[in-house]
Amino acid sequence: MAAQPAPGGLTTVDGRPLKQALAEAQARAKRRAFVLVLPLLAFILVSFVLPIGQLLKRSVYNPAFSENMPALVQWFRENPRGSAPDESAYAALASDLKLIRKNKTAGIVGTRVNYELPGTRSLFTKSARKARKLEPPYREALLKVDRKWGDPLLWQVMRSASSAYTTSFYLAALDRKRNADGEIVRVEKERQVYIKLFKRTLLLSALITVTTLLLGFPVAHLLATLPLRYSNMLMIFVLLPFWTSLLVRTTSWIVLLQSQGVVNDLLVATGILDADHRIQMIYNQTGTIVAMTHILLPFMILPLYSVMRPIDPSYVRAARSLGASSWTAFRRIYLPQTIPGIGAGALLVFILAVGYYITPALVGGSTGQLISNLIAFHMQKSLNWSLAAALAALLLGGVLILYWLYDRLVGIDNLKLG
Amino acid sequence: MRKILIMTTALAGFGLAASAQEVVVMSWGGAYTKSQVEAYGKPFTAKTGIKVTFVDADNPATPIKAQVEAGNVTVDVADVEFSDAVRLCDEGLLEEIDPSMLPPAPDGTPAEQDFLPGAINDCAVANIVWSTAVAYNTKLVNGTPSTIADFFDLKKFPGKRGLRKSAKATLEMALMADGVPASKVYDVMQTPEGIDRAFAKLDTIKDSIVWWEAGAQPPQLLADGEVVMSTAYNGRIFNAAVAEGQPFKILWDGQILDFDLFVVPKNAPHKDDAMKFIAFATDTQRLADQAKWISYGPARKSSTALIGKYVDGKTDMAPHMPTSPEAMKNALTNNFEFWADRDTELNERFNAWLSS
Repeated sequence: MAAQPAPGGLTTVDGRPLKQALAEAQARAKRRAFVLVLPLLAFILVSFVLPIGQLLKRSVYNPAFSENMPALVQWFRENPRGSAPDESAYAALASDLKLIRKNKTAGIVGTRVNYELPGTRSLFTKSARKARKLEPPYREALLKVDRKWGDPLLWQVMRSASSAYTTSFYLAALDRKRNADGEIVRVEKERQVYIKLFKRTLLLSALITVTTLLLGFPVAHLLATLPLRYSNMLMIFVLLPFWTSLLVRTTSWIVLLQSQGVVNDLLVATGILDADHRIQMIYNQTGTIVAMTHILLPFMILPLYSVMRPIDPSYVRAARSLGASSWTAFRRIYLPQTIPGIGAGALLVFILAVGYYITPALVGGSTGQLISNLIAFHMQKSLNWSLAAALAALLLGGVLILYWLYDRLVGIDNLKLG
Repeated sequence: MRKILIMTTALAGFGLAASAQEVVVMSWGGAYTKSQVEAYGKPFTAKTGIKVTFVDADNPATPIKAQVEAGNVTVDVADVEFSDAVRLCDEGLLEEIDPSMLPPAPDGTPAEQDFLPGAINDCAVANIVWSTAVAYNTKLVNGTPSTIADFFDLKKFPGKRGLRKSAKATLEMALMADGVPASKVYDVMQTPEGIDRAFAKLDTIKDSIVWWEAGAQPPQLLADGEVVMSTAYNGRIFNAAVAEGQPFKILWDGQILDFDLFVVPKNAPHKDDAMKFIAFATDTQRLADQAKWISYGPARKSSTALIGKYVDGKTDMAPHMPTSPEAMKNALTNNFEFWADRDTELNERFNAWLSS
């Protein structure tokens, strides 16, 4: 007797509906797959997503003032923007100064205000030291300690710092600040630096991408068309520098290009250059471009090679046999097939170049510096981590926009990394 | 029962490991850390049995700040620059140091009077005085530069110049070269015109400057002939000249002095031993001993007389000290307060000036 199908449809041997059994089996497989990727997921979360999240938070969140000056924060909350600081404001200030003296946090508060109004850090540390002796009326007492306490700009800056969430680091990263009336204005001409460096970073990165493409394309083509035993050998020449330490490669460019270096010595020895007119090829933009092009070249060659290798040479031969000139065959048949490789290589080189730090620091001199060098400066020297975070976040945003543009224009599905 | 036994043994072991006597000192690496290992670390272990472990950092102030803020302090003593010591102290990231624990000089002078002015503050005790000074390669310079103005004189002394890529020290030197006496430099720099004047002076040599960042670069640039003169840390130049035989000389005129100080990060794991280490390392003999290994000056006046010869046994160290009478004729002491206030503003202007 044939098995009767269950009213709901097919069943398995043990009588469960087939649909349900299948769903269970698939869920099990999914769970197993999830457990397998869990370590990687956790790693990415801890080493990538969390730090970037923290960085983004730090760029808008700085509680140095709001946590340590409670009375003044309260006063700012009760009195709207534009109200002049009265005696109650000075009283709040005096009580906070006493507090930061007790908690030893005058430096933290002063540093925070000093980011936006230079010359005020010592105002806080000095006044906190004298805070114990402050007596009402506080306005006069504080103005006697230092006349700067009457500066409306200082009060404007303290007001903006009294909220832990602030846009002022993004303003600073775009060469802007708020004036005494709270309007956004550009900083003085001689202090404008970040926008210029952002532009330079994008421009140099684009230039380096183009040079790596021009140099890498023929090499990748040669590698892809030579018989395997020759091309493998040539591949080693591409990979060997790739495996060498970044610092070694950068410093060897210093040895080659410096004004008493190998290249200049050769030019002088052969009489092309006069000994007094050696060319300055390093510690400027040229140095940055040359060294970074060399270092990033493998990132262009490898994706190009992996795309070119499987291109069937018979397509081009067919085009030639149908009367196309070699240029037309290249342009209309070969080149379009390499687009995924060009896209991948260009995107890879460009994104790496935008964040490059150590090479421009060593060979860039003053004109070859990139925005990453200023981020490092604020991380390590000025210790203004919020500004460093804002600069880094802007850089990240810029790269994401470019990625989006690339997706719209070329299509990210066309990307082939190897 | 057995489980409890295992657990208590493990706990006891853990407790023992945590209280094992050790001091972790974070310093700057290279010849400088070596001098501290030899002059402070080894004798301290020999005397007290407390192990001293040295770790290196590019600038110990940065990891200290990060460690204390993250609540995970692994360092007991750090060697930091003056400005960082004051800044970290103001931000409440350091333990206070009681100056009364520092031993007096051999002649009985209390420590607070024996140390140079400014060498002791609420959270820090200085061990050395170092200097940013101009050094030159005698084989490449025609003649002998004698004043800081010669550094800016491209006609008299042609050739490239090396300068540290930072507003600090650079602006001061420019003003001294422009004729401002050392004692007036920071007064002039308080005014906007003074800052303009410093940048104007720098403009005169801007195209001939090679900028350096790491302390190891200037000796290399001078040795390669890439520059003929460069500002440098005096200890590095001494090392290159005496230990490696390079033809380098230091021009002391217009040098800028700075302290390096020992600090204890807040909640350091071995705070008490750290204090013992600092008291021991900054006594008169130990500071004089360190000068045997590197040419940085001791922060105690009483140590000066005890400075002997370099480890090679033939070079007299006293004239190589930035604190020698010859070197102190026209010397500037770095003004911390000024830079704490104006660092951000002036470095932004400096960076903008650089890239224009």
